[in-house]
Amino acid sequence: MKKLIQCTVNGEEHDVLADPRDTLLDLLRDRLGLTGTKEGCSNGNCGTCTVLVDGLPVNACLMLAVEAPGHEIVTIEGLSEGSALDPIQQALVEHGGTQCGFCTPGIVMSAKALLDANPRPTEAEIRHAIAGNLCRCTGYDKIVTAIAAVAAATEGE
Amino acid sequence: MREFAYQCPDSIEGAVRLMQEPEARPLAGGTDLIPQMREGRRTVGLVIDLKRVPDLTAIEELPDGGLSIGAAASATAIARHPRVCSDYPAIAHSVRLIGSIQVQSRASLGGNISNAAPSADGVPALICYRARARIAGPGGTREVDLESLFAGPGRTTLQAGEILTTVVLPSPHPRSAAHYLRFTPRREMDIAVAGSGTWISLDEQGRISDARIALASVGPTPLRAETAEKKLIGEAPGGALLEDAGRLAAADARPISDTRGSADYRRTLVSVLTARALAACCKSLGVEVEAP
Repeated sequence: MKKLIQCTVNGEEHDVLADPRDTLLDLLRDRLGLTGTKEGCSNGNCGTCTVLVDGLPVNACLMLAVEAPGHEIVTIEGLSEGSALDPIQQALVEHGGTQCGFCTPGIVMSAKALLDANPRPTEAEIRHAIAGNLCRCTGYDKIVTAIAAVAAATEGE
Repeated sequence: MREFAYQCPDSIEGAVRLMQEPEARPLAGGTDLIPQMREGRRTVGLVIDLKRVPDLTAIEELPDGGLSIGAAASATAIARHPRVCSDYPAIAHSVRLIGSIQVQSRASLGGNISNAAPSADGVPALICYRARARIAGPGGTREVDLESLFAGPGRTTLQAGEILTTVVLPSPHPRSAAHYLRFTPRREMDIAVAGSGTWISLDEQGRISDARIALASVGPTPLRAETAEKKLIGEAPGGALLEDAGRLAAADARPISDTRGSADYRRTLVSVLTARALAACCKSLGVEVEAP
C-alpha cells in the first residue's frame, strides 16, 4: 500500500507517494524525475546510483524510499547551479575523465563525499573512495587525476 | 519485489511486538536484506525498520569501562567513534572492510552478525574482544557470548521473534592488542577467501598471558582456533612461536573447497594470516616479531 512521505532532496521538501517496495532510486528517478542518478546493477555492487544521505555516500538502490524521511538527500542535480558545474564535474570534463558517462554521476558523488570530509586526499585515498564505483570503460586514471586536481586547486584556500 | 508492509517502531518493545507477526524481518542497513528480497531469496511480509529506535543505533560507554554498540549502528558510525578507534581498533578496521564505502554508510554490525555469513569481516574482531550479544524477544532480554550466535551458514541461534539489539564489549585489558587480516584476490569490494582475527595480552614479564584467535571463511561459522590459542599462552612472542600458532590454526580450520578457493589453499592462508595478525598485535604492544 502506498504511503505519503516527506523527504528533502537537494534542499527542497517533497511530499510524495511511495510504495514500501520502492527504493530511494525509484523515488528519485520515477517519482521526482531526477534521472541524473543512474540505475546499474541494482544490488549495491556498481555504485552508479550513489547519492549523499546526510553527507555520506549511499547506494540509492539499497535504501527504501520509506526510509528517506528525516534525512538530507543530495543527488547529482544538487551539485551544479544551472549550467555552472561543480568543481569536480569541471575537472572531469577538463581531464577527460568521463568516457561513456554512465558511472560519472556516481563517481562525482563519491568524490564529493571524499573531498568534503578530506579536502587533501592522497592518491590511495582517492582510489579507495571510488572503489565502490565501477567504470566499465576502465578509465580510472583520468578520473583519479581529475579528483586530485580538484584537491590541488583548493590548496592554500 | 513481492509486496510487504513497512513499520518503524520507536522502542525495542515495539520492535519485538512486531516481530511476532508472520514473515517479519528486521531491517537495519538493508544492504543484505533489500537485495535478498528483490531477488526473491527471502520472503518477507513485514519489514521492521530498527533505525528509529534510539537504543539500537547508539554507541555508549558502559559503567564498567566497556562499550555497547547498538545492532543497527552503521559501519561508518562505528569506525568513526573515538572509543572504538582508541580501545577496539580492530573493530574499526574490520568494519571498514565490509563492502564499499557506500555500503558502510548503511550496513550495520548487527546485520553483519545476524546474516551469519562465515566470511563476515565484522565478526572475528568481536570474538577476539570477547563481545557479548544482547537479544530481545517475547520472553524478555537475554545475553550470550557473541560466538554462540552462529549455527551455520546464514543460520543463527536467535529464536523466532527475537532480535539482536546490542553488542556489548568488555572493558579493554590493559596490555593487549587485536588485529584482523583477510585475504581477497581484489583489494576492494570482495569476499574473504580466509580471514584471521587475533588477540593477545602480555604479562609483566612480556609473556603471552592470554590469546584469542577467530577465523573467517574456513568453516560453517566463524571458528575459534583453540589449539593455536593454547600454544601461545605462557610463551614469549617470537617468530617461530607465531609460525607454529599459524600452523595449528590451519589445523583448527574446517574449510571447504569452492569457487573462491580450495580447502588446502584456505588452510595455507589461515597459517600465514594468523602469524601476521599475531605479529601485528605484538607490534602494537611494542614487540617487534618477524612474521612470514
